[in-house]
Amino acid sequence: MNFKLLLSIANSLLIARLRQSMVAAVGVTFGIAMFIAMQSFMTGLNKLLDGLVINRTPHVRLYNEIKPNPRQPVNEYESYKGSYNFIRSLKPSNVRLAIYNNGNIMQALKMDKRVLGFTPRITAQVFFNNGVIDINGVINGIDAGRESRLFHFTDYVVAGKVEDMKNISNSIILGKALAETMLINIGDVVQITTVDGERYPLKVVGFFQSGIRDIDMIQSYTTIATTQKILGKPGNYITDIEIKLKDLNKAPAIAKEFAKSYHTDAEDIQTANAQYETGSNVRLVISYSVAFTLLLVAGFGIYNILNMMIYEKMDSIAILKATGFSGNDVKRIFLTISLSIGFVGGMLGLLFGFLLSMGINHIPFETAALPTVKTYPVNYNPAFYIIGILFSLLTTYLAGLLPARKAGRVDPVIIIRGK
Amino acid sequence: MRNTILEARNISKYFYDPVRIKVLQDITFTIEKGEFVSVIGKSGCGKSTLLYILSTMDTDFEGELLIDNVSMVKKKEEELAAVRNEKIGFVFQFHYLLHEFTVLQNVMLPALKLNKYPEKEIEKRALEKLQMLGIGQLANKESYKISGGEKQRVAIARALINDPHIIMCDEPTGNLDKKNSTTVLDIFMRLTKEFNQTLLVVTHDNSFAAATDRIIEIEDGRIIRQ
Repeated sequence: MNFKLLLSIANSLLIARLRQSMVAAVGVTFGIAMFIAMQSFMTGLNKLLDGLVINRTPHVRLYNEIKPNPRQPVNEYESYKGSYNFIRSLKPSNVRLAIYNNGNIMQALKMDKRVLGFTPRITAQVFFNNGVIDINGVINGIDAGRESRLFHFTDYVVAGKVEDMKNISNSIILGKALAETMLINIGDVVQITTVDGERYPLKVVGFFQSGIRDIDMIQSYTTIATTQKILGKPGNYITDIEIKLKDLNKAPAIAKEFAKSYHTDAEDIQTANAQYETGSNVRLVISYSVAFTLLLVAGFGIYNILNMMIYEKMDSIAILKATGFSGNDVKRIFLTISLSIGFVGGMLGLLFGFLLSMGINHIPFETAALPTVKTYPVNYNPAFYIIGILFSLLTTYLAGLLPARKAGRVDPVIIIRGK
Repeated sequence: MRNTILEARNISKYFYDPVRIKVLQDITFTIEKGEFVSVIGKSGCGKSTLLYILSTMDTDFEGELLIDNVSMVKKKEEELAAVRNEKIGFVFQFHYLLHEFTVLQNVMLPALKLNKYPEKEIEKRALEKLQMLGIGQLANKESYKISGGEKQRVAIARALINDPHIIMCDEPTGNLDKKNSTTVLDIFMRLTKEFNQTLLVVTHDNSFAAATDRIIEIEDGRIIRQ
């Protein structure tokens, strides 16, 4: 088929109705620009909010949960094997919070191809002594380097230096809210008491702020060695191993597998943070439906213009058909018109959408809850631009389909006889 | 040696709206190569209807239609369009030029669709046709900027571009004054004499018809003289 010919006919018809065609294209441009801007902004925001929790949450966490022993003597006893045994007044047993054989587990994780990285941790319940008041808190013994690499720890340290935690012995990074409550500044010494009653002075070298006050009120960080010292435990004492996977979606399956092979409890991110994904999905649906509505309106505009064009160009259609253009050729001509409106409008939409999202990215957005964020977040994902242009072509194709089919079915005899 | 271009066998046609009326009844005739045939008859006798059936644009009829000894009945819409493109040229009462194109482009359009020659060649041929019709100087003008008589001549050039077997005309002089009518008639005479072009013209202009080789007269849907 001589596509070049159809294109030149379509082109001339478009130019003959340039103004309306432009209005139609502007409709598409507006729709696509809004789509791009909204998607970029919404997913940027999603990423930020997800990052607040999900980036800092391990995909799989290995730990020992305090719980009653699942293997009770009565169940082991031969005579009662086949029956239901009711045990009352059962208490959690004295579980070892330390992960047994953790050196070998970490060695195995290092070899595991599905694991992006992992970091050991110790969590310990402590009281911060502030004058006469004791404040409940948690000390996390962490490996600062790994923690920063995997869970962006450094991003949330708003005052002081992470390195000081390693360089200055017996130092601690406090949650900002906690420090404010205790009126403590960097360089001050804070007294803590462990659950076992040991007192211990620690030097404050920094503050961290996660953006979630409940966390900032309780958590504090120090090195693994310091925590072991505070608790009076040996150098192989680890209570948690936090694992980041290459594929987040495999977390539930892998968690189950690890729990079985390493004889620990394992929690996956999906179980721990189910509600965040829901929020992200809702925001995604909203932006898609807004874009869809805008494009629907643009689509009706194109439908109208093509219909008008067909009525106006009835004579041209008739003579094209008389001189040998088939119904399909005519249909293709009008579809080409519609698609070129879609393409031009869509491309401009991508451009304006990009500019708009750049604009959004420069609007100041400072909030105490998000220390690392200075302007509104925008996600420049090329996928949106591909979806955007496909979206615009699809809507204009559909909008053009009915008028184009009508044009293809024009009976030249009726038109020519009518003259 | 007879060389039949077009053959109609027992063509009948009905209109259904508002009631079933037989507009054409058992029309049978043939047109040989080089013939200049005119179809005459009073308004509403069915002569235009016949032309549109012969042109393959109207497919709703009974009987048999052969163009170049090939039956047109049961051909698909797309195939019929190809037949019209290659074998039939059209001249209507109204010129039907595309305003968005120049005169030359209008003439070239059916040939570009046929896609038999490269574009340069088509352009050359289109210019030749225009010059033959004495309007070569208009080639690059916008098609809506020329006079009515000139437009009709451009339409004739467009009909000629693919060297069709037959040119079908529906009242080609209906919109033209005496002088332009004469010009068009002269062109047609020249086409048959010099180029052995077959022509089928529907007209109610008896003086025009008188100049043709053969007159088919239709009354109430039947041929009464041929």
